[in-house]
Amino acid sequence: MSGGVDSAVAAARAADAGHDVTGVHLALSMNPASYRTGARGCCTLEDARDARRAADVIGIPFYVWDMAQRFHDDVVRDFVDEYARGNTPNPCLRCNEKIKFAAVLDRAVALGFDAVCTGHHARLTRPASSAGPESAGPRLARSVDQAKDQSYVLAVLTSDQLSRAMFPLGGSTKDEVRHEAAARGLAVADKPDSNDVCFIADGDTRKFLRGQLGAAPGQILDEAGAAVGSHDGSYGFTIGQRRGLRIGHPAPDGRPRYVLDIEPASGTVTVGPAESLDVTEIEAERPVWTGCPPPAAPVDCLVQLRAHGTAHPATAWLDGAGLRIRLHEPARGVARGQAAVLYDADTVLGSATITGTDRAAASAWSSPA
Amino acid sequence: MKYPGNASGRRSAAENAVYLDHAATTPMLPEALAAMTEELGQLGNPSSLHNQGRRARRVVEESREQIAEAYGARPSEVVFTSGGTEADNLAVKGLFWARHDAEPEFRRVLAASAEHHAVLDSVKWLAEHEGAEACWLPVDATGTVSPATAREFIERDPGSVALVSVMWANNEVGSVQPVAELAAVAREYEIPFHSDAVQAAGQLPVSLAGSGATALTVTGHKIGGPVGAGALLLCRGADPVPILHGGGQERDVRSGTLDAPAIRAFATAVEISRMRRDDEAKRLAALRDDLIARVLAAVPDAVLNGSLPGPDRLPGNAHFSFPGCEGDALLMLLDAKGIACSTGSACTAGVAQPSHVLLAMGTDDARARGSLRFSLGHSSTQQDVDALGAAIGEAVQRARRATGR
Repeated sequence: MSGGVDSAVAAARAADAGHDVTGVHLALSMNPASYRTGARGCCTLEDARDARRAADVIGIPFYVWDMAQRFHDDVVRDFVDEYARGNTPNPCLRCNEKIKFAAVLDRAVALGFDAVCTGHHARLTRPASSAGPESAGPRLARSVDQAKDQSYVLAVLTSDQLSRAMFPLGGSTKDEVRHEAAARGLAVADKPDSNDVCFIADGDTRKFLRGQLGAAPGQILDEAGAAVGSHDGSYGFTIGQRRGLRIGHPAPDGRPRYVLDIEPASGTVTVGPAESLDVTEIEAERPVWTGCPPPAAPVDCLVQLRAHGTAHPATAWLDGAGLRIRLHEPARGVARGQAAVLYDADTVLGSATITGTDRAAASAWSSPA
Repeated sequence: MKYPGNASGRRSAAENAVYLDHAATTPMLPEALAAMTEELGQLGNPSSLHNQGRRARRVVEESREQIAEAYGARPSEVVFTSGGTEADNLAVKGLFWARHDAEPEFRRVLAASAEHHAVLDSVKWLAEHEGAEACWLPVDATGTVSPATAREFIERDPGSVALVSVMWANNEVGSVQPVAELAAVAREYEIPFHSDAVQAAGQLPVSLAGSGATALTVTGHKIGGPVGAGALLLCRGADPVPILHGGGQERDVRSGTLDAPAIRAFATAVEISRMRRDDEAKRLAALRDDLIARVLAAVPDAVLNGSLPGPDRLPGNAHFSFPGCEGDALLMLLDAKGIACSTGSACTAGVAQPSHVLLAMGTDDARARGSLRFSLGHSSTQQDVDALGAAIGEAVQRARRATGR
């Protein structure tokens, strides 16, 4: 229970359903005052109090579990390391994979609990028993509230993890959840949503990374290799980024320029016009299949390439230990380190971490030097 | 749509039928509850001069006399406060300020490293903001300060000591301190001596005159009285600088309208606990010894922290480390079985910190985190001990699985 409205209503619904529910708030900061303060984030003392108060209203026991060290090692450290490698990680996804449905789940099971229930906006569906043993696990599907859907950040979970997960909110819209919270007398009913990275107090990711990684000046080049600017750390950039490039001279054609590539070894950031971002093919590693066997043959599906991104029609196939995805239409802003999540309509098939892209306009694969 | 709340039959606090956390707070005695309930219906500010005021004043003063009698003090030596924390703050800060104002050389505050946070944090605050020098008296492996240690610390520079504060009995591990001997050492050097007697008051013969202390902290809700009423027993001639300024109701040392209903209930609880104390101490010690035997039988590698059972340990206290467990996981598992206990010191964020008391006793971090306190009181029964004995073994096994051991 984060102290927000979603986990409070999820806990209340689980208790109503007859489960023996215990509220758990995760203390994730090594130094509680250092993370985001105020109503927007998580991990503050105020959030812990809000969560405790919600548990009191629901009538369930409530405990704080200290996961600060695990969170630092598995999420914060990973976040910094990935940026240092020129990738763009998603820490919420990593937190689900390593903390909520790993460290927390393991501890809960050892203590005698059966499942971890969260307020994520996603659905779990159980296929009919006629399906083969390999597809006996639950399937992960999008929330009915497409705007709040969080299946993307859960798609890294394995069938084992999903079989011990509960998402009671997947069939409701956020508005419905808020109304229900108010009807239940939960004071968090109108608490603002948290959005940005919870462990970056002021929301300034670039400043946070500079504090962690130090200054690492480098050049900004255009596609022809001409220097057009400089920066103090390539980790401050994401492929597809337009703002904050601070390029002194406008492009010859006067059109906006975007980050096309990041080479952390040389510190080089390459910029160019929007059409150079067009990606037609993606390679990804560590595929996870959620509730279905790995595809034996190329599969036509939808692929989502970042949180709250659009779903692109694509064909995906296994390529050794990795995954290849051919987009039917080019997509822009595809960054290494993000997850490529495959959907069959609204149902998640699986996911993999993007390691490289083939640009429509470029001659070579873009992957780390 | 109507959603069920607490009232719908979900688990409630009352279902914690086995209450082993009397050191946190203990049920109000029926007599105290009756006295308080009756008094809450009465009108009158004890400071008012009219009839209603006089009536309330009489209630307060009779209560003061009862409390003074029970704790070896004169009525004028009872300064009512809102509880133990306020009394500790008043003693530590107030006596420091008074001494330091009279003689700027007096700046050292000697306090045991295993004190309750009400003393510990007051001393730290004085050191950080008021020019005091905090001198932490080390405790031995049982959590006890020796008089020789106190003397050694004083003699490093006797002319600079503003105050000595050592608790009567430790709230976590129950170790009883040699208060009279410590007070005698301080007295040799004419240094004020304060002792937090909150945990001791219901179970041991606590006496201001008998101990030779300058000031003692006591509170109502640990002995069957209400939360919100306590006192600093303060020798005549000791004049701490006030923390709360206002009407000067209590010897000009503490201001605020006196809470006649809570004070009357506090005095009722003091009176009853004094009458029953010796028998109750024997009864609790026997129950506690059985509890220790049952826990050690179920978990042979559990370690009893604090002094051995006997005169050096509070009769109602048992405190264990369970190797390979996290205390908060054990507490949760026992709570789920309806058994209430404590990991020792609570924290506002709810994140378990290793107890400073155990660390001061030389316990390592892991063992300190794997600790639980079971504390008995006037409503404790053999059934409580039996229930814990039946549940502790499995709970420890589970908690060990959760830490991967």
